[in-house]
Amino acid sequence: MKLQKNTMLALYSVVEFAANPDRHLSTAEIAARHGVSAHHLAKVLSELARAGIVASVRGVGGGYRFAGNPRRLTLMDVIARFEDIDGAKHGGGEPATATAQALAAIESEIDEMAKATFRSITLETMLRLIERQALRAPANSRSR
Amino acid sequence: MTRSRGTAQTAIDVRDVRRRDLDAVIAIDAAATGLPKPAYWRSVFRRYGAPDERARHFLVAETGGDVVGFVVGEVRDWEFGSPPCGWVFGIDVRADMREAGVGSRLLDAIARRFARAGVTKLRTMLARDNTLVLSFFRSQGMMAAPFIPLEMDLGESPPPR
Repeated sequence: MKLQKNTMLALYSVVEFAANPDRHLSTAEIAARHGVSAHHLAKVLSELARAGIVASVRGVGGGYRFAGNPRRLTLMDVIARFEDIDGAKHGGGEPATATAQALAAIESEIDEMAKATFRSITLETMLRLIERQALRAPANSRSR
Repeated sequence: MTRSRGTAQTAIDVRDVRRRDLDAVIAIDAAATGLPKPAYWRSVFRRYGAPDERARHFLVAETGGDVVGFVVGEVRDWEFGSPPCGWVFGIDVRADMREAGVGSRLLDAIARRFARAGVTKLRTMLARDNTLVLSFFRSQGMMAAPFIPLEMDLGESPPPR
């Protein structure tokens, strides 16, 4: 399962919102942090808002804030907003040869493991994992 | 025996299972799996219910006189060259007591038993669609192990060459 750029951006953004549940963050702020255009990120955040994962904050200094339940929301809940999880098959259609079918079966096996992993990790677990990684990592690599 | 408080401010004791706990264990398991397995649990009790500091552990969580959760595991030695590890093969918490720290207490208690037995890894295996329990283990800090579970349908093995 290869995640698209928008999906990765959504995951980074959601983790950031969940880590700062009391703050609202502007699109420009997050875009600058991840080196992407605010216009591009706006589409991602808008989709997250439609899903109820973030909520828009209006007015001066507006932006978005986390609106999900970190104990319930999983990485797969975010990914599923941006990827065709069940529909996308490798190459499309039924593989023509036995070799292609065998390779497709192996790819499917790997995909199922990946999906199960993403389904099992809540935002709360993810934040704990980040904390542990930060403790292990050298200080200069703790920013992302 | 250790004692702590869950989020609902309820005292939770974790202790070795007793025979009189079996009905509650069977009921908790049946509620989770939809399948009452009294014979299985009696057999688990016979194998794991006797105090055994070295290898086998069957613990329950009790609050207000009620058994509200259980965990079962053992030290497994050198399977396919893997050094001994603490293997958890059953854990569950009564539905109305979830998210009160009962599962964490149970896992922590059995992990301490395993550590006392000298092992340094805790392992388990479960169906990949068992999101509830998978998420619980993940929340406790467990990560994918360097093993791949494999299976085959016995009726479909290729003919010997």
